[in-house]
Amino acid sequence: MKKSRRSFLKAAGVSALGIGVAPAIQAVASSGSTPAAHATKTKHPEALTAERWGMVIDTSKITDEIAENIVHACRKAHNVPDLNHVPDEERYPNTRPVNHDQELKWIWEEHFESAFPDKEDEFLAERFKELPFLVTCNHCKNAPCVQACPTQATFKREDGIVLMDFHRCIGCRFCMAACPFGARSFNFRDPRPFIDEINPDFPTRSKGVVEKCNLCSERLAKGLQPACAEVSEGAIVVGDLEDPNSEVRALLSEKYSIRRKQELGTEPSVYYIM
Amino acid sequence: MLEIAIKGSKKYWIWLGVLFAVIGAGFLVYVDQFINGLMTTAMSRDVSWGFYIANFTYLVGVAAGGVMVVIPFYLHNYEKFHRITILGEFLAVAALIMCLLLIIVDLGQPLRCVNVLLYPTPHSMLFWDMLVLNGYLFLNIVIGWKVLEAERNQIKPPAWTTPLIYLSIPFAIGIHTVTAYLYCGLPGRGFWLTAILAPRFLASAFAAGPSVLILLCYVVRKFTKFDPGWDAMQTLSKIACYALIANVFFFLCEIFVTYYSKIPGHMTHIDYMFFGLHGHNTMVPWMWSSMILMITGAILLVIPALRSNATLLPFTCIMVIIGTWIDKSLGMIAGGFVPSPLHHITEYMPTLKEVAITVGIYGVGLLVLTILYKLATTVKEEVRG
Repeated sequence: MKKSRRSFLKAAGVSALGIGVAPAIQAVASSGSTPAAHATKTKHPEALTAERWGMVIDTSKITDEIAENIVHACRKAHNVPDLNHVPDEERYPNTRPVNHDQELKWIWEEHFESAFPDKEDEFLAERFKELPFLVTCNHCKNAPCVQACPTQATFKREDGIVLMDFHRCIGCRFCMAACPFGARSFNFRDPRPFIDEINPDFPTRSKGVVEKCNLCSERLAKGLQPACAEVSEGAIVVGDLEDPNSEVRALLSEKYSIRRKQELGTEPSVYYIM
Repeated sequence: MLEIAIKGSKKYWIWLGVLFAVIGAGFLVYVDQFINGLMTTAMSRDVSWGFYIANFTYLVGVAAGGVMVVIPFYLHNYEKFHRITILGEFLAVAALIMCLLLIIVDLGQPLRCVNVLLYPTPHSMLFWDMLVLNGYLFLNIVIGWKVLEAERNQIKPPAWTTPLIYLSIPFAIGIHTVTAYLYCGLPGRGFWLTAILAPRFLASAFAAGPSVLILLCYVVRKFTKFDPGWDAMQTLSKIACYALIANVFFFLCEIFVTYYSKIPGHMTHIDYMFFGLHGHNTMVPWMWSSMILMITGAILLVIPALRSNATLLPFTCIMVIIGTWIDKSLGMIAGGFVPSPLHHITEYMPTLKEVAITVGIYGVGLLVLTILYKLATTVKEEVRG
């Protein structure tokens, strides 16, 4: 008994020493000229890149069916929990009842007057009143959520995508108060029981963190189009807003488009062709 | 000096026992929230802050209100506040401890709270709020303790406390200003997006803080041999009076701007709070009660005969406290989040679990306050006796 205690203490001491020494070893290693010792960042050869990513949604091409497919594809790609999903009683016994006001969504359908509350008009053309408008994170140029986050868990990438580090987020929800588009969701509970089929290519979240659309940065990195664009039958185009020859720029120069709450100056990167 | 806290009457120990029971109950409910997440609360995707942040905002005000005794005494040598300055400082300490606990229980990942220090982010107002709140807490503990210790030993407080006392004044203004900045710098939240928010927060703080302090003076007079002095309490009530009138005035300025300009994004929130929106009217009775309590409180405080009525004054203070509490906690949350940025209406009323955890935190605050006030009053009794 005594011996094992001593050996435990010895091991603990050695490992503590190791923790203390590790930075020093790293410093020595980095001063040497052995590139193999470095962690190297490699880019997928087919990765899609842009100076500033943007999205163009052609509202005339979105039908209820396409909108539903898009929402579903996004949920599936990112393990976004659906509180309507009935948890597997065997794996998750005694799951407490859900509060549907605590739902999570990255892209979803809204009516015109909710997507564009500042453009509400009693004489609005009839067809707009019924159309499904897909809303999501706008990846704003001047993102209020990035400014509000006290830990930089929400940050803006050089290519304009507003991303989140789910492991750094403390769950203060300041970003949710800051976002003028209601684009953010909070994990009020463990989301896993409410995921129909877990996609192993994307992490699930833990309770207590915020999440939102990431413009499929993980797919762009592999040279794939965002999941929503892929199933949109041409209604959603994602591309480089700063490239005059890109498809998104061609669409914008051709047709009249609007953005949500432009007057706030957050500079949304999602455009709606009317 | 701390040994004073463990010598007390039977009543003292029963009171501490009650507080420990309340704290324990709150803690048990928190364990449930810690394990299961914030699903235990009534907060939602649309109303993402609730009872915790509401009470946090109010208590920051109570803490800042302590400066209303510090300024007259230290900057204007107002002698009558000599006896109660320490009460104001210790009230601030208790209120700030509650504030920090309320922030912790509001976090989805409380164990990661150190990330705010590990990744300091000056463009986030929450970072500055953390700095000023902890700074003001530290200042009040050091100042209160050193000044009381000096009084006990019947010597002058060390000279280095003087600059700290002066520093504590901008810090007091700072904690509430930065707390208002958490709200009023956000685009797309029409109810909060107003430059009058920080001044309004300060005005309501300087009404609520002194009102709490007057009530505590009554308690101290009843349960200890130390008398804070009726004159001091009267001056406090005058401060509360004019601060309260300023708060109501600032609110009316807000009402004018909103309804004369008729900008929908600003009107819709106040409509919801005072008249209800599309049949959703949970807040209506609360907001009107708040207005009636604050206006009645102001009338009762501004008329000298009523203000100086020693039987009426505590009730007036309770009215002011409840009125400003509804205005700044429930009202601030409901007004800001309802309707949502997409103009959906999701109403909010806290769950019993949220209330229990908050009451537990108030228990911690009262415990800290009881112990600190016991030190202060005992020392003052010793010195006089």
